[in-house]
Amino acid sequence: MMQRAFVFSSSNSISLQLSTPITPPVNAVFPERNRGWIAPYSPLQPPELRLRNYQRALPPVLCSGSDSVTNQQQMASQDERDPRISKISSVIRVIPDFPKPGILFQDITTLLLDIKAFRDTIDLFVERYRGKDISVVAGIEARGFIFGPPIALAIGAKFVPMRKPNKLPGEVISEEYSLEYGTDKMEMHVGAVQAGDRALIIDDLVATGGTLSAAIRLLERVGVHVVECACVIELPELKGRERLGDTPLFVLVSSA
Amino acid sequence: MEKMFAGDQNGLQGDPRLKAISEAIRVVPHFPKPGIMFQDITTLLLDHKCFKDTVDIFVDRYRDMAISVVAGVEARGFMFGPSVALAIGAKFVPLRKPRKLPGEVISEAYVLEYGTDCLEMHVGAVQPGERALVIDDLVATGGTLSAAIRLLVERVGAEVVECACVVGLREVKGQHRLNGKPLYILVEPRQQTNCSAPSVNGVETCRRDDVYLSAT
Repeated sequence: MMQRAFVFSSSNSISLQLSTPITPPVNAVFPERNRGWIAPYSPLQPPELRLRNYQRALPPVLCSGSDSVTNQQQMASQDERDPRISKISSVIRVIPDFPKPGILFQDITTLLLDIKAFRDTIDLFVERYRGKDISVVAGIEARGFIFGPPIALAIGAKFVPMRKPNKLPGEVISEEYSLEYGTDKMEMHVGAVQAGDRALIIDDLVATGGTLSAAIRLLERVGVHVVECACVIELPELKGRERLGDTPLFVLVSSA
Repeated sequence: MEKMFAGDQNGLQGDPRLKAISEAIRVVPHFPKPGIMFQDITTLLLDHKCFKDTVDIFVDRYRDMAISVVAGVEARGFMFGPSVALAIGAKFVPLRKPRKLPGEVISEAYVLEYGTDCLEMHVGAVQPGERALVIDDLVATGGTLSAAIRLLVERVGAEVVECACVVGLREVKGQHRLNGKPLYILVEPRQQTNCSAPSVNGVETCRRDDVYLSAT
């Protein structure tokens, strides 16, 4: 299955626990127009091996029943790489020790600076979900707001923001979810979605799956069928996929 | 400060899309506090045609202006900016509340009704001389947009071609500055006919007893 491509596994371990800190890089360099991406700490992490890429097999039909087990088997045997994905992976910047020591933060803002890679990211999702009768794209605040609307517009769906508390005006329903320490709440507008809507949930990254699970629960409470969760990046060690239960997860890049 | 309304411009006068966009925006009274008529664009996002028309109108305007950066103000600017950026072939740069962006940032403070807030942008995201568009859902006092302009122009040396908003007041009580940059607005805020609330998103609007604004 997935193999670690890194030499220094401990320093690359994506974990919420404190690990041995590595020397933070000097200012990370943004991709320049006429040059390739310059990784800031190449001695430890050869850029071409920094992120292992894979693309899950596209099932011929997105059916309503659970197929997460089947998907995992497909993922296990699938090793095709769309050439667009390597590029997408390579322009995501990793920031160590943010928001706290030991965490390697996957920064998608550098992806948004690469016009072709950003367009390819959206295209990959649109190719998967167009024509699948999806009526709702729910995006999770705030980075889900960056990817969700372009997808919604392209596939003819409405866009619904899933927000932190007290941001949405008017009547909302809310769902609590666990954080590492404590809880947080996610809110959605009453009436934004209807029973029978088929939904896609979008966020930039899935880690533990807590946020996505809360979004699934919110939508299912009002009778929406969540067809799939889609993220640019997955951190597989945090087992978010399992936390989503019966809801399939599709990602472009896995960062192990 | 130059403020342009889409419906006043050649080609968009009487454009039925603008009326539909205006009517798709929900007004929520007394949010976030009594007296404020909140212009809620989430209902616009639920109307696929209106949402698409909103983006299309911006894209038609900016496509040939050689814009290389679209800067969107957190969080509702994120809902409109990326689609425009993708369509016109520009990069998207999020302008965020403090401590959200990882890595090195530059920040600009701006004034609120009570106190101040801060807008941050990544170092290196925008190069000197780049032509930028700033997008947000709504302009009230213009404080946030002014901070965005300062970040881009004064701190980085980029050129802000225009600020674009879906909703904005035609006239604003009191002074606000947009640093000499033009402002392009699709629709004006809607009020209840009694004009029972004196302000829109924190900005006083009613200066007369009769109806202040209605959808055009």
